[in-house]
Amino acid sequence: MGLPLFDPVADPGPDFSALVRRSGAPLPTVTEGDLNLAHATTVVALRYSDGVIMAGDRRATAGNVIAHRSMEKVFPADRFSAVAISGSAAMATEMVRLFQVQLEHYEKVEGVSLSLEGKANQLSQMVRTNLGMAMQGFVVIPLYCGFDVLRGVGRIFDYDAAGGRYEDADFSATGSGGTYARTTIRLGYRDSLTRDEALELAILSLYEAADADSATGGPDSVRGIYPIVATVTAQGYEQLADEDVAARFDVIIERRRGANGNAEGTLR
Amino acid sequence: MTMPFYVAPEQVMKDRAEYAQKGIARGRALVATVYDRGILLVAENPSGTLHKISEIYDRVAFAGVGKFNEYDQLRVAGVRHADTKGYAYSREDVDARSLANLYAQYLGQVFTHEMKPMEVEILVAELGNAVRSTQLFRIAYEGTITDEVGFSVLGGDADAIRTRFAEGARADWPLKDALGRAVAALAGADRVLRAGDLEAAVLEDTGQRRTFRRLADEEVDAILSD
Repeated sequence: MGLPLFDPVADPGPDFSALVRRSGAPLPTVTEGDLNLAHATTVVALRYSDGVIMAGDRRATAGNVIAHRSMEKVFPADRFSAVAISGSAAMATEMVRLFQVQLEHYEKVEGVSLSLEGKANQLSQMVRTNLGMAMQGFVVIPLYCGFDVLRGVGRIFDYDAAGGRYEDADFSATGSGGTYARTTIRLGYRDSLTRDEALELAILSLYEAADADSATGGPDSVRGIYPIVATVTAQGYEQLADEDVAARFDVIIERRRGANGNAEGTLR
Repeated sequence: MTMPFYVAPEQVMKDRAEYAQKGIARGRALVATVYDRGILLVAENPSGTLHKISEIYDRVAFAGVGKFNEYDQLRVAGVRHADTKGYAYSREDVDARSLANLYAQYLGQVFTHEMKPMEVEILVAELGNAVRSTQLFRIAYEGTITDEVGFSVLGGDADAIRTRFAEGARADWPLKDALGRAVAALAGADRVLRAGDLEAAVLEDTGQRRTFRRLADEEVDAILSD
């Protein structure tokens, strides 16, 4: 691996993907076939008074088999943003890895970070680059959120398989259990939720998704595996401790146990 | 047919070295030193945006003196090399030694093959961990690479600054002492340097993956006036 120097007229600038392409790294090609590949499942994001919360379950499935119980689907993209993935696990984790390096690479080469919108657009381009693979079944649908340091607010972006980027005002969810999670959040959402209220709603939405969707994992107290929950605020990305998440799930489980598994008319 | 005049290779090299040294001597100097919790890099630099000191990777920093456009080109190449390597293999596989070697190769090649040598002197610093030791590699304009122990001085008037700094320099001193000594050594006897004249950064473990941190002017002033 030599020193990557370029002529000023042919310089790739701060674009890491362009740099990787120029170095001739091969992209995987796929022929049609019936592969049982790991798929990732329910991830949610919602805004609250200090910023945004992002949460995702831990189950990966291959067909009707649980492929992995402790997969991580929520990642820090950089200091002030988080990215969550659904779809083909292999393609999605690789996309996140490239996205993380891309943001840091830009920041180091240019000396300043990209704007939140710039980062969201970068991710959009990566999803679009994956369109060929998506057509063959390796679809990746990320969810992106972050704290916009220029505007002082949390923002959420969701994507479609072709790289379309849509900003959500308050909340979003994606993955096979996304419908249940989104409905749960919609029923419980209001402006300026406190941190505790927003965390409860995010965790409840994952509980409901896991309750209805077989490909979404619930809290696993036997193995001590809990969904990943993170906040992004003016202080940056912060992941909640497993014990904290477990305690919040326990509150929901305890209420439901006393009510035959139902919510009893209140969204709890 | 015209014949070029014969110039002895010794003379060519001597002229080039002189040219590069002159260019570097015109610029301001830089000091890098190990302290009890990491590595401190301080440069005399009145510009707040044209940096002499920069982050290359999680535990690797770059510093350059001389001609800005030339060392900045090397800095960007270093970031590219490190990010590509870390992406292809693993973040742990990125180290200062291999990058310093690449720089040395490149500077050596430019010095012997190009019309004009690069008027730069650079430093690649790596903060050690459980398995790797802390390292400072200084690379001169002609590709000479030096594995420095404890501290390193680059740029114009480096010898005098090195002598001033070496007095009482220790590897286990706190940041405050290291910064004070570095600034005093850069300034010399008859000048006083304020935070606005300086650029300072550290590589320090704070539990985060990235260890590079710039010291703000207020922070430098607070440490110096303390």
